[in-house]
Amino acid sequence: MATIRVGIAESGVVLNPNSVSTLGLGSCVGVTLYDERRKIGGMVHVMLPSTELAKGADFNRSKFADSAVPDLLQQMIRSGADQRRLVAKLAGGAQMFNLGGEADSLLKIGARNVAACKQALALLRIPIVAEDTGGSWGRTVELFSESGILEVRAIGKTKTQI
Amino acid sequence: MTGERRESGNEGFRSPETGDALQRMSDFHLDVLREVSNIGAGNAATSLSTLLGKTVDMRVSRVFPMPFNEIIEYVGGAERMILSVFVRIEGGISGNMLFVMSREDAQSLVRHMTGATETEEQGFSEMGLSVLHEVGNIMIGSYITALSDFLGFELSPSVPSLAMDMAGAILAFSLSEIGRSGDTAIVIDGALSLDGGALSGDGAGHIFLLPDPESFNKIFQALGVAGNGDH
Repeated sequence: MATIRVGIAESGVVLNPNSVSTLGLGSCVGVTLYDERRKIGGMVHVMLPSTELAKGADFNRSKFADSAVPDLLQQMIRSGADQRRLVAKLAGGAQMFNLGGEADSLLKIGARNVAACKQALALLRIPIVAEDTGGSWGRTVELFSESGILEVRAIGKTKTQI
Repeated sequence: MTGERRESGNEGFRSPETGDALQRMSDFHLDVLREVSNIGAGNAATSLSTLLGKTVDMRVSRVFPMPFNEIIEYVGGAERMILSVFVRIEGGISGNMLFVMSREDAQSLVRHMTGATETEEQGFSEMGLSVLHEVGNIMIGSYITALSDFLGFELSPSVPSLAMDMAGAILAFSLSEIGRSGDTAIVIDGALSLDGGALSGDGAGHIFLLPDPESFNKIFQALGVAGNGDH
């Protein structure tokens, strides 16, 4: 089994028996799609909620929820997945720092990322079957194409599978 | 940031896949930012030295444009546990600041300051964390004071916040504002030697200044070095 590593604002799709992972999600969100019959799994590491935040026309589509999620779907379809069978899982979207009352939009970026990813999935009619989001801690996630299981690891916490 | 720019021989200076304006900054302007970092980190070293009652040396500041994913490797890898204190700056310039130490160095520092025995297995006591929070607060505060004097800007920092977690999680959050403009940041790394290199880890506290992209020109204008850098 090989593991494909996805960095910030990057995506990857894997076939059985491989896995795709991203390390140290904070306010970023790892969105995964999975086709159980074909055993195809995909992941994108979303950093910001909306392309409306992009300064300039030339931007990395994998960075923003509203472009990253539809692009991941297309990547999955090109790899042989059937959109009607896809299910999604989400992890991340933490608030890493507590800055008291100064909760401007920058500090709520984790929650905004989660909401935007959910909205993007809803527009594509892809159901969310599991999530581990919010809180104030970093997460490493790995999606196994054989099972569709998403493993979530955090410092000082028990490893979970969702 | 218009006009012709000098080509730089600095390796890793630009990555071809993005067109970030930040990657086209001249060597001259990178040197100016290095001086800004030296002034900020120098003042922080003086404050820390007073606090610890011992000499604290400033290391050579490092300044370079780097893609986000490489910045995380530079800080030790996405899953490396680091201590960090975060401050958002607004005012004459805006951006984020991070005080970063390895977990081992943070433990040594707490031992030095409290006499307590913080061990790797136990993590940090509440007192240990509060000491580190205060050290980060003083470091960043001294840096900002020097920066504000040097540039002649009013700078208002947010309440400092501490997190002990994966470097990837901390850095990516700190880079999110810059992420609106591209996938690269100018890393301005001012490092202080905490114990003459006798500590484990790299024996340094790092103060990262991550200005919002619009702030670079304001810095250069304040210092009378705006333009294309062909000085």
